[in-house]
Amino acid sequence: MNKNKDVESIVVRLAGDSGDGIQLMGSQFAVSTALSGVDFATFPDYPAEIRAPVGTTFGVSAYQINLGGGPITTPGDAPDVLVAFNPAALKVSLSLLKRGALVILNNDGFTPRNLAKAGYDSDPREGDVLTDFQVITADITHLNLEAVKEFGLSKSEGGRCKNFWALGALLWMFGRDLQSVETWIKRRLAEHPTLRDANITALHAGHAYGETAELAAALPQIHLPEIKLESGEYRSITGAEALALGIAAAGELADKPIMFCSYPITPASPLLHRLSRLCEMGVGTFQAEDEIAAICAAIGASYGGMIGVTSSSGPGIALKTEAMGLAVNAELPLVIVNWQRGGPSTGLPTKTEQSDLYQAVYGRNGDTPIPVLAASTAGDCFEMAIEAVRIALRHMTPVILLADGYLSNAAEPWKIPDVSALRPIKHQPVPDSDESPECRAFTRDADSLGRPWVTPGMPELMHRIGGLEKDVATGHISYDPANHQAMTDLRAAKVELVANFIPDQQMELGDDSGDLVIVGWGSTYGPIYQAARATGTSFIHLRHLHPFPKNLGALLGRFDKVLVPEMNTGQLATLLRDKLCLDPISFPKVSGQPFLISELVEKIAAVKKGQAS
Amino acid sequence: MTEKLTAKDFATSQEVRWCPGCGDYAVLKSVTKALADVGASRENTAFVSGIGCAARFPYYVETYGFHTIHGRAPAIATGLKLANPELDVWVVTGDGDGLSIGGNHLMHALRRNIGLKILLFNNEIYGLTKGQYSPTSRIGTTSPSSPRGSVDAPISPGQFALGAGAKFYARGVDTDKVGMSHVLQQAHAFEGTSLIEIFQNCIVYNEDVFASFTDRKHAANNQLHLKHGEPMLFGENSDKGIYLNRDTLELEVVDATASPEKVLVHDEASATIARLLIDLHLPVALGVIYRQPTVSYEAAFYAHHPSRMQRTKSIGDFIKGPSSWHVD
Repeated sequence: MNKNKDVESIVVRLAGDSGDGIQLMGSQFAVSTALSGVDFATFPDYPAEIRAPVGTTFGVSAYQINLGGGPITTPGDAPDVLVAFNPAALKVSLSLLKRGALVILNNDGFTPRNLAKAGYDSDPREGDVLTDFQVITADITHLNLEAVKEFGLSKSEGGRCKNFWALGALLWMFGRDLQSVETWIKRRLAEHPTLRDANITALHAGHAYGETAELAAALPQIHLPEIKLESGEYRSITGAEALALGIAAAGELADKPIMFCSYPITPASPLLHRLSRLCEMGVGTFQAEDEIAAICAAIGASYGGMIGVTSSSGPGIALKTEAMGLAVNAELPLVIVNWQRGGPSTGLPTKTEQSDLYQAVYGRNGDTPIPVLAASTAGDCFEMAIEAVRIALRHMTPVILLADGYLSNAAEPWKIPDVSALRPIKHQPVPDSDESPECRAFTRDADSLGRPWVTPGMPELMHRIGGLEKDVATGHISYDPANHQAMTDLRAAKVELVANFIPDQQMELGDDSGDLVIVGWGSTYGPIYQAARATGTSFIHLRHLHPFPKNLGALLGRFDKVLVPEMNTGQLATLLRDKLCLDPISFPKVSGQPFLISELVEKIAAVKKGQAS
Repeated sequence: MTEKLTAKDFATSQEVRWCPGCGDYAVLKSVTKALADVGASRENTAFVSGIGCAARFPYYVETYGFHTIHGRAPAIATGLKLANPELDVWVVTGDGDGLSIGGNHLMHALRRNIGLKILLFNNEIYGLTKGQYSPTSRIGTTSPSSPRGSVDAPISPGQFALGAGAKFYARGVDTDKVGMSHVLQQAHAFEGTSLIEIFQNCIVYNEDVFASFTDRKHAANNQLHLKHGEPMLFGENSDKGIYLNRDTLELEVVDATASPEKVLVHDEASATIARLLIDLHLPVALGVIYRQPTVSYEAAFYAHHPSRMQRTKSIGDFIKGPSSWHVD
């Protein structure tokens, strides 16, 4: 890489110990990137342990960011720049790097002890390991401690400023000013003036290090083009932030308070944290004693007239399963968000996967259909949250919204929507009639089969609901054979009717007929989009997974081959076979890492040549 | 002014389907009477139950009712009470539903002190599943699942409740109309979680398990009816009293006629005495054993919520986030 380079896009990976502040450094770099008008996508990749043993490969925390002129839709395949704070961080990142990548190493992290912990017999800075790369080393720990010496901090306190020192140097490389980061430090450490000043000093010292003679000769400055985005106001957003805003917006659109009931679990907790800061939107958050209590309290809140929402990840969703059936039987609105992660069992808590689609569509006792949606990007989480609430209230049903660990944490620039254009959300009114309260509570709307949302406190509408099979007209307990058939048919029809209210499936890219179409869902949107664009392949991305849009079968039928890449063993492919009698080519990946554009491009080429089926 | 409702106004048209002679009939009667006595309104009352014989209760009360899933009634009732704190929310559970599969939810409802009135029908047996031993069954209980006698030590609902931080714990006997009426009214008036353990006779699978103190022949001598601020007297002529032995820290029975000064006066606010009363065995302590008023969870939840669950801002106030930029 040459000095003062103009490039289209660049992938930067930051890696260090989980206590090194890598995620903070990465997210601040992302914000600074956003403010400079450059497009980006991020991928936080961190261990399940909060503070894994220092210096080990399994304790490495990394943050990858792809930035450039766009459209940038993935965190990038192979990093062009690696900043590694210790040998373990270098070791786990090395195989990912692009040949010729710039590798910046913290000399002070390369102690004999750390080398041994990373499993290096000899120092990689001296052998042949790094011959393919451009290596720059700096005594980051020492330079940082020197810079913050004047504040009289302890060695460990002072040492913790080094992520800001390194961020300062990185921002210099990309020609950024320090304003946004400085503002953030001032706000975050307002009550700790010494730490605040020390971190700001470290930031400036790192920046000055790049700028002055000390490193300018070695460290290239990289100039990225600004994005050619459509005009409007933008912000940086993660899926968790967008989903929280979507739920809050849905409450406003429905003119109902939101009661969000949840139990902490990775990677779902950020939604709980975000919503607990949206009180003034009429949002309440209840941290329940367990996953089951969380969904049950949400059901109770819906029964009481608020919009009950719960959220978890795969294992927690499994625990909520029985209660979902109760909400189906009682015909109550409810939104269940699943931030999927690697499974089975506890699986890979911090790694992403899409392996809960079967669970969402098929995974309950009895014939218990529930509409299933999936968000495709961080920003899309906003729209899909609103869509989930809209369906729940219209049809008086629980709705499952699938997201995943990648969407929860990854940030992207988001065009702020015009909230005045959002349509109000309606629920079924109580009919005026002379019938009994029980009958009025179960008088269903013909188009949606949603029943009126009758809540305790309403006079003369007392009725009983429950988990036992109920009479179709009165809600009384019924074991009548014909009634159970009628209720089972009704529950199935209600979910099928959702398809009448959702938009037809559109092409994401390419012609609407031909030899090959790629079908994706969820957070694989980014890499599939890029691979489809690069290869000129038609691309369809699904957001409504159950039921499918009504035109989907006909649309897919116009292609000879359907390729389905997904981060599981082929669950959407199965669903397409089941619901549309298609025979798609499944392209599964279950490594806990997002798809690389390159591996998709290869697969598409192979399929086009007829080498894969 | 609305007409005052009677117990009959709280009965539904549904046919009650408990076994003939089941203790639940008497409890249902006491509850509908108590609702009338406290002036409850039908639309502002909700019964939430789990699974078990007693869990059919909501279908038999002319209020709002939600018959939910096994063990989860306290969690569902918690969401309901948070959504509408004006409601009177009653939870109907049993020894299996509340202390086995749903023990966690009961524990957390009690520690939060959310405004639920929880009726725990304790018959020391699983009735609906046909007679297996329950978490309150005594060691050696023979049942279809323990033909050689159970080996599990039983849980004490009262000790469980106080250990979890309950602020109201009372006991009643299913057929004791006077005692039940008293504890139901007290539970209704309490702001927070009130737990009533009801000794309920399952005539099919565990008949007379409480007969040692519920049988009319023994009731006077084996039941201690507690009243706050009054001496703990019992016996046919109120001639026996409860004495606190300060050396052994145990409760003992004394001759109340001979040594009236020794008889302990009931203080509902004492958790220490409550724990001793819970373990008292013949006489069995009945009535309000422990009551310690404090702020309810829903009151704290709303007081702590910056806008008391009202929407005071619009999504437009939040959607831009901490910083945004313009693209031309």
